[in-house]
Amino acid sequence: MTTLIPAGDFKTSYAADTTIFPTATSRNFAIAGVVLLALCPLVLDKYWLSIMIQIGFLSIAALGLNILVGFTGQISIGHAAFFGFGGFASPWLSNHFGIPVALSIPLAGVMTTAVGLIFGIPAARLKGLYLAIATLAAQYIIEDFLGRAEWFTGGVAGTIAEPFSLFGFVFDTDERYFYVVLAWMVAMYVLATNLMRTRDGRALVAVRDHYLSAEMMGINLTKYRTMSFGISSFYAGIGGALYAHYLQFVSVEGVTILLSIQFLGMIIIGGLGSIMGSLMGTVFMVLLPELMGAVTDALAGGAIDRALNLKDSLSYLREMAIGLAIILFLIFEPDGLAHRWKQVKAYWKLYPFSH
Amino acid sequence: MSGEPVKRPGASPPAQATDPVAPMAGAPIFEARDVSLRFGGVRALTEVGFSILPGELFSIIGPNGAGKTSMVNCISGRYRPTQGAVFYKGRDITALTPNQRATIGIGRTFQNLALFGHMTVLDNIMVGRHHLLRNNFLTGSLYWLSRARREELEHRRAVEEIIDFLDLQNVRKAVAGTLSYGVRKRVELARAMALKPDLILLDEPMAGMNLEEKEDMARYIVDLNEEFGMTVVMIEHDMGVVMDISHRVMVLDFGRKIAEGLPEAVLRDEHVRRAYLGEEDEVLVDPEDAALRPGRVA
Ligand SMILES: Nc1ncnc2c1ncn2[C@@H]1O[C@H](COP(=O)(O)OP(=O)(O)OP(=O)(O)O)[C@@H](O)[C@H]1O
Ligand SMILES: [Mg+2]
Repeated sequence: MTTLIPAGDFKTSYAADTTIFPTATSRNFAIAGVVLLALCPLVLDKYWLSIMIQIGFLSIAALGLNILVGFTGQISIGHAAFFGFGGFASPWLSNHFGIPVALSIPLAGVMTTAVGLIFGIPAARLKGLYLAIATLAAQYIIEDFLGRAEWFTGGVAGTIAEPFSLFGFVFDTDERYFYVVLAWMVAMYVLATNLMRTRDGRALVAVRDHYLSAEMMGINLTKYRTMSFGISSFYAGIGGALYAHYLQFVSVEGVTILLSIQFLGMIIIGGLGSIMGSLMGTVFMVLLPELMGAVTDALAGGAIDRALNLKDSLSYLREMAIGLAIILFLIFEPDGLAHRWKQVKAYWKLYPFSH
Repeated sequence: MSGEPVKRPGASPPAQATDPVAPMAGAPIFEARDVSLRFGGVRALTEVGFSILPGELFSIIGPNGAGKTSMVNCISGRYRPTQGAVFYKGRDITALTPNQRATIGIGRTFQNLALFGHMTVLDNIMVGRHHLLRNNFLTGSLYWLSRARREELEHRRAVEEIIDFLDLQNVRKAVAGTLSYGVRKRVELARAMALKPDLILLDEPMAGMNLEEKEDMARYIVDLNEEFGMTVVMIEHDMGVVMDISHRVMVLDFGRKIAEGLPEAVLRDEHVRRAYLGEEDEVLVDPEDAALRPGRVA
């Protein structure tokens, strides 16, 4: 979370030195950003709104994965299963127990945390490849459970989810639901930022950077690795619940290992161990298929189209593009978009004296 | 026994029991009893026993591979002795994990740099406050709404004092992994100090430093001991420094304790000359020369 601060920046108190935003300008930019986002439903069409809503709930889950993988140095290829679990838990709570959706979403997060801990407690003792396999097992076990547990998920048929409502006001259109997702997203990102600048967040990074000396600093490794699993599951559960009440229908098909890989792609592309990188990577990952679609449209009828039969193979090309993007980022931009963004900012800060 | 007002003839109490100022004087802060440590066939330590008094600056010396780091690892909990036991403030801590030992007041630095490479210097040192901080993932996330903010700021103040003490002001926001070797060693010391340990273990704090850095480090260690009141256990190859600042020295060779005592006495010891400093007895005439012995680069 190092941020560039202007040369000659001398803080006069530790409080001023521990704010989220290093300068007043950067804080104002962030506030302006949120205000601008809040205006989106007034100007954007339904298509772009739905893309932004997707970015919203996916970026919450991606942030959760980044806390586990990027900040704590664990690995998980089962994140989508927890996302899915949250997606079923919230409608289950509201459909069967009459809990209002506004409340069932955070409760679904808590339930997903509990499930995350069930897998996290043994997983916290594993490392590297073994951990990867264990989380892969979690993916399939949970997926299988979701497919079979009709009482919970409606089985393969899926389940209906009530729209979000607050004090009788129903958020059942994209224009309205956008604000629900925006509020959750801002809250979850602020919470994570706070976490990472306080005791337990530092402990997670310490465990990642050097677990032996972390332990010598009084940090209980198993406790923090398990905690990281719990926190990441909570984020996944919230993201999943928001997804469910957006579509107002959930089925187990959307939460396969492919989505887990996409979550990993988001945080690799955005930047491991970067909070804003989680958002940037999600934006990239959601826009990539759109870009692919635009390219195929542009090439329609041309020689390349005829040779590759673009229209029909679009879904394959999409997956290939995701894989390619991850590989290219790993090779050329391993620190992710967040790092590149920082460098661009640094360049403009010094402009025109950048050389 | 202190409840006995009348001294019976023939049952004289230990000297320290009559001293009202320092009732604990003489009670060691740390004690190793017959500690042996094996790695398969390798005997890293064999029946090593010693004790350290509160406030001492205690050095462990010995040739490469003598078992010095292994001994410190047994104190800090990284290794558990195969046989024997270790006591801290009179309590058997042999079964405690390293993180439990940190919370009861044992801090350490590592022979090979062990900073959190991607964190800033400030955050590295703040991690040292871990066991003193009370905020957790919930209260920490709620920052302004909980006491976390105030608590973090209080500890930040304490950390700034350590930063001032060790002259780290100009690198406090630097990422630890980007710093030079000597500075990183100092940051590691700062981080260990932040734990507020009563017993601090320093594994070759001056290795790889130039003369000036060594002098600074030696001064810090003395201050640590005298002003901050920490009991220091130091492993160091630089004999000049060891002889200068240690109160007592223990010598290990092939995992066995071959000498222990005042620095001058240890230096004169026959075994030490042979085992640790080789056969070149001439160089020992002047301790300054011993420091300049080549080939002791760690
Ligand atoms: N984890 C381990 N596994 C196997 N052998 C070990 C391990 N740690 C130490 N040893 C062995 O124990 C012996 C003592 O090692 P130790 O690191 O304690 O020596 P040292 O006195 O600190 O040496 P140096 O001055 O080189 O740091 C060596 O023979 C070493 O190879
Ligand atoms: Mg050693």
